[in-house]
Amino acid sequence: MSRPFAASGAFAASGAVVVAAMLAAAVFAPWLAPYGQAQFVGGVWDPPSAAHWLGTDHLGRDMLTRLIFGARNTVSIAVLATALAFVLGVALGLGAAALGGWVDAVGSRVVDIFLSVPVLISALIVLSVLGNSPPVLIATIGLLEATRVYQVARAVARTINVREFVAAARLRGEGLPWILMREILPNAWPALVAEAGLRFSFIVLFIASLSFLGLGIPPPAADWGSMVRENAAAIHFGLYAPLYPAGAIALLTVAVNRLVDRHARGGT
Amino acid sequence: MPGVLCIEGLCVRAASGAAIVEDISLELQRGEVLGLIGESGAGKSTIGLAALGHARGRTRITAGRIELGGTELLSLDAAGRNRVRGMRIAYVAQSAAAAFNPATRLIDQVCEAPVRHGLMTRAAARQRAITNFRALGLPAPETFGECYPHEVSGGQLQRAMAAMAMACGPEVLVLDEPTTALDVTTQVEFLAHLKKLIATAGTAALYISHDLALVAQIADRILVLRDGRMVESGRTHDVLATPRTAYARALVAERGGSVLAPTASGSTECLLAVRDLSVSYGGQEAVKAANLTVARGETVAVIGESGSGKSSLAYAVCGLVAARAGSVTLGSDELAPHYPRRSREQLRRIQLVFQLPDVALNPRQRVALLVGRPATFYFGARGAALAARVTDLMRMVGLDPALADRHPHELSGGQKQRVCIARALAAQPDLLVCDEVTAALDPLIAGGILELLRGLQQDLGLSCLFISHDLGTVRRIAHRMVVMRGGRIVAEGPTAAVFGAGAHPYVAELRAAEPEMRVGWLEEVLERRN
Repeated sequence: MSRPFAASGAFAASGAVVVAAMLAAAVFAPWLAPYGQAQFVGGVWDPPSAAHWLGTDHLGRDMLTRLIFGARNTVSIAVLATALAFVLGVALGLGAAALGGWVDAVGSRVVDIFLSVPVLISALIVLSVLGNSPPVLIATIGLLEATRVYQVARAVARTINVREFVAAARLRGEGLPWILMREILPNAWPALVAEAGLRFSFIVLFIASLSFLGLGIPPPAADWGSMVRENAAAIHFGLYAPLYPAGAIALLTVAVNRLVDRHARGGT
Repeated sequence: MPGVLCIEGLCVRAASGAAIVEDISLELQRGEVLGLIGESGAGKSTIGLAALGHARGRTRITAGRIELGGTELLSLDAAGRNRVRGMRIAYVAQSAAAAFNPATRLIDQVCEAPVRHGLMTRAAARQRAITNFRALGLPAPETFGECYPHEVSGGQLQRAMAAMAMACGPEVLVLDEPTTALDVTTQVEFLAHLKKLIATAGTAALYISHDLALVAQIADRILVLRDGRMVESGRTHDVLATPRTAYARALVAERGGSVLAPTASGSTECLLAVRDLSVSYGGQEAVKAANLTVARGETVAVIGESGSGKSSLAYAVCGLVAARAGSVTLGSDELAPHYPRRSREQLRRIQLVFQLPDVALNPRQRVALLVGRPATFYFGARGAALAARVTDLMRMVGLDPALADRHPHELSGGQKQRVCIARALAAQPDLLVCDEVTAALDPLIAGGILELLRGLQQDLGLSCLFISHDLGTVRRIAHRMVVMRGGRIVAEGPTAAVFGAGAHPYVAELRAAEPEMRVGWLEEVLERRN
């Protein structure tokens, strides 16, 4: 099969390499990072040097160290929140599509209510009431994003649900578990995986926004969103400090999208 | 005299390098109609599109010359080809419903090409369209064009598409299965008008179809294709009378030598009884108080055109749609109208085989699971016993057991339908409901499926409710026939009687509309009508 350049060989593989590198950084952060994430090791916004490859931040902490730990904190919360959103959204979305009737009507109206309020505002309310510990953060983001996954899963499943092989299974007398797991899910899978990848990107950005607003991962733990906020003033002095974490966020979301794109184009 | 369309040594290849058509040469004289015949995948449409200098996505024209009235199409750039298309050579697609823009009035779409190509003013194009509408026998030609596509019938829409293709007065018309989506009676209408129109205009045409009997009515010459190669070509009369190759002989014999079904099953024990069954969709009555019985070991065919309610009747028997009124009794069991309220045993006893095997088989499951699942589900077959059962079932339907680990997309259309039948047999049903099971298949493949069903029915003593729009099919398999029209059963009886003298006028009409494998049949039909 011929593919346009954008999805071909090296370019698509670069997505996998970046994602793998960031996952490695997240897992091995304590061993990879040259310093501690909350350790003061230099002056304010020191320029890059042999001791501090990317310089230091607004409090004199090593920027590279904080980027590596930031991967750990941001990516792990994003992965867990995505997993929660995916499992919940897919289970309810497929169920609603297969059952139809009042189950579908109630589920979809509840989701509509959630969607009528911007997610960021809902999250701000919940987090300011319950506090922003990682479990609360994961649960809140996971639940809010599950509504999006629900919509996609339901729409995909509805088109599959009316196909005749599903009718054949129903006429055989198959129960809901078989219909969902064996007839609908395998056929919805490629679309759902693509959705999971996109959701992951959005969740990374979402966490970054929350952190930027001061409601993300609590300090002094490093995460990319709060690093952008903490170092934002440096931009006035022509320093690169806020651009490293911003670049990391951009790189991760682009890389994940690239992977997803390849998958959606038939790399299943 | 050089022909108006000359194709020489045409090769079209897929991106993988596999040949789709190879070394095709044909020549079309002015006013001549050439029939391209072959089963799906034979390359008919590929040749039809290549005549317009077009290759479908992922395929390429790798060799050959395509000359249209002295212009070599392949040497033109995209803009040059666009000027030729629609103007000097035009295309009529299989499904007019899919080819028209549903949001624009017909007249605007029919007039678009001549106006766009700068051939005529809008008023002239409009006048021309009305002339063509009249020639094609469309009702109220002056105002017909003001309709939107959904406001006219399928047959009328197909004729509107022919009018669109003729709008610029092209030298060559490419017709790609233009009547496949139409009912037999509508098909005759379309064919008759088309034949007249192209004869008057002196247009040459490439008529693509899988139905030899149909092509014989309109084509001067016939080209038989198989697997992308020319198998046989000649004057229509010669090909029909003295086919030279085995493949062409099989095609000619397909419809000609229809086999009469065994007259009666001998059994009188009633298996299925349908009483006063009515089905409606949102107030629209699809089936109106239908009564029907099927005896044990008997095949009853339900026949009718699209919209006659025959599929709704079948679905109501299976419980896929809930009947609004009436009862369905299987043996001594009165069945609930809707399937979720029927017991597993009741569901097992009636098995449905769908029209389109492509969508009736889960693309993510292998044949072994597709066929084996009912055996597991109803009889608890597992492990070696299950594997043995799958092998048995596959042999029963004439499939190589080695195909068991294939996915549906790795099978041909006929093989897929056999998998569907094997899946139904796995449940060991009493009644097999077949919904147009051969409609999507090529004639020879369909013949094989019919033979299979008839054999199975005799060996296993199955009862069968066979839904079809094709009288030729029904004649070969049914003991009794039920004819439906507009949701009502208008005639029923033993197949021979329904077909015989004194048949119901509607049956006679259907029968008369069924193309016969000889030249001149169309003219006789038209003569009889006038």
